[in-house]
Amino acid sequence: MRLLYFAWVRERIGAAEETIEPPATVETVGDLLRWLRTRGDAYEQALTDPTAVRVALDQFHAEHDASIAGVREVALFPPMTGG
Amino acid sequence: MAHLSIAVVAEPIDLAAATAELAAGRTDIGAVVTFTGLCRDEGGTLEALELEHYPGMAEAEITRIAESAAARFDVDTIAVRHRYGKVRPGEVIVLVATASKHRQAAFEAASFIMDFLKTHAPFWKKEHKATGPSGWVAAKSSDDDAEARWKNPI
Repeated sequence: MRLLYFAWVRERIGAAEETIEPPATVETVGDLLRWLRTRGDAYEQALTDPTAVRVALDQFHAEHDASIAGVREVALFPPMTGG
Repeated sequence: MAHLSIAVVAEPIDLAAATAELAAGRTDIGAVVTFTGLCRDEGGTLEALELEHYPGMAEAEITRIAESAAARFDVDTIAVRHRYGKVRPGEVIVLVATASKHRQAAFEAASFIMDFLKTHAPFWKKEHKATGPSGWVAAKSSDDDAEARWKNPI
């Protein structure tokens, strides 16, 4: 699974993207965020408030209770400020 | 189905070219509405805005928003241009242009697109100040309110 990070999520994690294989117990976006937070201080700092993190699954916006089964690309980012 | 023209670009947006394209060669367009969003300085403190985007999804999401507008309003053409990278004060960040037979559909479609673009298009602004630290612009709840008004039946 390819993970992409944008804006301050990217800065806090210290990477724009990475490829990971979460354990089978990680079924939803919320599970994924909880699991990522166990991977180190940078992740903990970036994802400490999950309500501040927006998610896209294969380039479609998704909620935190969405399943990540079969998803190839997960993007994590703050609320958007374009326009 | 309306004709859509969507582009996410690094170079300055040519307003005249994008607008002229809307009704070129047509005689059945009665209204063209354009919205232009500019990089705004506050009191001479801003050096530039840096716009980060999600390549691929930015174009896809703007297209989905434009398709929703086309399904909801009787418009013939929708053009959207959005900058990424460094934008200086006074430069154009976003252009939304809509063309229709009658003005109301063009006005409403442009407004709808901007409201959803603000909350759904994957772009993030970082302010670079002339002095002091740079920082990410926070999302505004007023933008969520602007989007929410379209959920009410008209």
